Amino acid sequence: MTVMPAEGLFSLMWLLIALPLAGAAILLFTGRRSNAWGPYLGVLTVSASAVLGVLLLIEMMGLPTEDRTITQVAYQWVFIGNFSVDLAFQLDQLSMVFILLITIVGSLIHIYSLGYMAHDPDKRKFFGYLNLFVAAMLLLVMANNYLLLYVGWEGVGVASYLLIGFWQQKRSAAAAAKKAFIINRVGDVGLSLAIMLMFVTFGSVTFSDVFGSATQASEGTLTAIGLLLLLAAAGKSAQFPLQAWLLDAMEGPTPVSALIHAATMVTAGVYLIARSNVIYNNAEIAAMAVIIVALITIFMGAIIGSAKDDIKKALAGSTMSQIGYMMLAVGLGPIGYVFAIFHLLTHGVFKAGLFLGAGSVMHGMNDNVNMRRYGALRSVMVITFITFMAGYLAIIGIPPFSGFWSKDEIIHAAFERGWFIGGAAVLAAGITGFYMTRMVAMTFFGKKRWETDAHPHESPAVMTIPLIILGLGSTFLGMALLFWGDIEAWLEPVVGYESEPTPLPTSAYIGITLAFVIVGSIIGWITYARREVPIEAPHGNWLTRAARKDLYGDAVNHALVVAPTNYAARALVFFDARIVDGFVNGSAAIVGGLSGRMRRTQSGFIRSYALSMVGGAVLVLLALVLVRI
Amino acid sequence: MDPIYYIYLATLLFSIGAIGVLVRRNAIIVFMSVELMLNAANLVFVAFARMNGNLDGQTVAFFVMVVAAAEVVVGLAIIVQVFRTRQSASIDEPNLLKY
Amino acid sequence: MSIDGELIVFIICGGLSVIGALGMVLSRKAVHSALFIAMVMINLAILYIANSAPFLGMVQIIVYTGAVMMLFLFVLMVVGVDSSDSLIETIRGQRLFGILFGVALAVLLIGGIGSAMADKPDIGLKAANDEFGGNVEGIANLIFSDYLFAFQATAALLITAGLGAVILTHREAWKPKATQKELSVARFMVGAGHPGNKPNPGVYARHNAVNTPAILPDGSLALDSVPEPVRSRDDSLIVDHRVVSTVVELVESEDQN
Repeated sequence: MTVMPAEGLFSLMWLLIALPLAGAAILLFTGRRSNAWGPYLGVLTVSASAVLGVLLLIEMMGLPTEDRTITQVAYQWVFIGNFSVDLAFQLDQLSMVFILLITIVGSLIHIYSLGYMAHDPDKRKFFGYLNLFVAAMLLLVMANNYLLLYVGWEGVGVASYLLIGFWQQKRSAAAAAKKAFIINRVGDVGLSLAIMLMFVTFGSVTFSDVFGSATQASEGTLTAIGLLLLLAAAGKSAQFPLQAWLLDAMEGPTPVSALIHAATMVTAGVYLIARSNVIYNNAEIAAMAVIIVALITIFMGAIIGSAKDDIKKALAGSTMSQIGYMMLAVGLGPIGYVFAIFHLLTHGVFKAGLFLGAGSVMHGMNDNVNMRRYGALRSVMVITFITFMAGYLAIIGIPPFSGFWSKDEIIHAAFERGWFIGGAAVLAAGITGFYMTRMVAMTFFGKKRWETDAHPHESPAVMTIPLIILGLGSTFLGMALLFWGDIEAWLEPVVGYESEPTPLPTSAYIGITLAFVIVGSIIGWITYARREVPIEAPHGNWLTRAARKDLYGDAVNHALVVAPTNYAARALVFFDARIVDGFVNGSAAIVGGLSGRMRRTQSGFIRSYALSMVGGAVLVLLALVLVRI
Repeated sequence: MDPIYYIYLATLLFSIGAIGVLVRRNAIIVFMSVELMLNAANLVFVAFARMNGNLDGQTVAFFVMVVAAAEVVVGLAIIVQVFRTRQSASIDEPNLLKY
Repeated sequence: MSIDGELIVFIICGGLSVIGALGMVLSRKAVHSALFIAMVMINLAILYIANSAPFLGMVQIIVYTGAVMMLFLFVLMVVGVDSSDSLIETIRGQRLFGILFGVALAVLLIGGIGSAMADKPDIGLKAANDEFGGNVEGIANLIFSDYLFAFQATAALLITAGLGAVILTHREAWKPKATQKELSVARFMVGAGHPGNKPNPGVYARHNAVNTPAILPDGSLALDSVPEPVRSRDDSLIVDHRVVSTVVELVESEDQN
């Protein structure tokens, strides 16, 4: 695989990042003057990047497979001695699919936000931050070295913080933004340590150099790098143990949840591990760690999502679980990389559609998020209902919707590894069916449980058109990518693809999965559509109560990190106030006290002074005499 | 006789003068004790002039006398002034430099 | 140590000067202290002469004892001849430490100088005095050649000191000075007391001491004529001469009988 320089249309690849970045700069620096036309500029920049992305895809499809890695150096950034890092972009098959996902889903969400944030006085700032996010995410996927990737990594973290805490006057939103940023930071430590380790081992952090000489490093070093990258990915993708921030991040506006916490930012971790596939291929232990983290998160997300009454938090739990699936696939190695990316793309589309649909429901129900107050909305909000159902069928994996194709490939790859992992994946698929059916039943079916001042209505066209487009994507994207786009062949040159035999034929696994999904959906239907849904949440069994508390994730974080840190801070304050200040003030007090005592020797009497003079003379004479002796 | 005995005598007179300065409270008697100390110093100079065989000691003693006279003039003037304002000749009287 | 004249002079004059010094420090009345220190200075002058410094000895007597001590006595007159310290020491520890330090000073100095000057030769001033034909000429030679600057400086110092004394003791005239006419008018005003001099003490055939008062025309004693110190000390000192004369005559007549 040769690395080609950027020529022709590809020389414009820097525009992909520059356009939204310029949009963000203009919107944020011109201030209130751009309030009128700002949002439209925001939509325009991202849409232009989307169009450019499609054109670049067409160009790339025209190139032979070996020539599809194109590099453009924008600026020579760091050159210290042996270490040099360029501001350089790399366009290959992997980054191409990400660019399309980010820009197309991003522009749809920008258009949706025109309607959703129409009444918000700060909407210009919102679009500025959204543009900033898109620019940073594109930088992340287009970087050709880990350091530039880290810049994009940090950029999306900052944008996520700004957008979660967009309604900064709400204390809960500000706290959630801080929580997200701080937990992300813990993961970022992993990434920076990995970069340092890479520099020490390989002397460079460019992808081509690292992957080229990966086999020469010891397995221990590669395992360390792999585990550190896993830490970073867990932070950014809300995997166990750094998952606590994702549910709180729903404090942000719904378009933010759709774009950042469903489609793009949370998938950055998957991208990182997929991109570093060479490292994981040579470090068994790190790959196993990825699988373990993924399995834990799949179940955690599913169980939490089953007990939440807040529609956005339920969808967040679902996101956590689905990303767990993607992490499981990348952990499985070359048998799963391709399907992880495939599921990432389909999930990006249908989860964005689900979130935007939830936003449309909230918009119609006066921004009420409590599903216990919904019910029988299918006749009132028809377009929302239909697009939501499309996303629902996609996520639970009913053929021929898009999620079926990608998720079943992952389950099949899991079974290629072993019964346990495969069985766990199938069981989680069943739970997915349960909680998604619960959500749909509580929202659109059953009896009306509306509040007295609720007048649900369909959303305006500027919001429903993106919903329709994403609904179509949820339906057809899977088939399109698999059959027409041949995603396995497309991605194989970058991430590698292997296939191992399985005991049972493929159709058997499909059947088992569908069986579990349907059973789960029926249980959810009976519980929530047939029976009365109480308006007050019932006490529930121990699992329900634990799930409502995010499986005590916050409590664990508090006990392990927050409480000791608070204690340490208090101890330091005590130390500073008492001991350090005490020392300083004490020495001042001692000086004051001493001088107060010594002051008394100034009696004003001439004879006392004369006495001390004579005393001094006697002492000097004594010294002189003693020296002579 | 050994001229060192003059030195011993002068030392003794000097110490007695010092004790006088420290113990007496009347300003004029303190001043007189200072004069006594100056005289003792003069005796030392003269004795050393004799011991060393040149007249430098006597010359210095002469100058000491001149300076002592000037000092007495000014000192007594001050005592008189203080006495006029405070009606007291005690040397403990001016104690405004106390803390 | 040979017993020669110088030793005897030293013992006498030295002893007297130590006694004088102690007396100066220990006497209660200020005038007594002044007299004691005059005694010390004269003894020191004798010792100067014994050390072949006749000029200095004379200067000591003339200038120091004659002028400086007289100055002291004048000031004592202004301040109060009777002024004396109370024996109570107001500053705590002053007396104890003062004496202690003074004794320590003496001991250390004598011990230190004594050990330092174990064998110092005694050259004597015969040659130095003869060099210019006399002690005065020798000192003059030194003053006007080697120590000329010191000489000029001390001259300036003396002038400054004199000027300073004049300024320091200057009394500002707050009100116009009373003229002689005003003074005599005040003296003769009603209620001003006796306009003229006070009467002198009585001078009688047998008694003319200061404590015998004059007799007023009506036969009573004029206590004003007895000087203040006598009058205020003790009333029994005032003697009525008539009573004394009568008693003397009675005694004499008894003696004759």
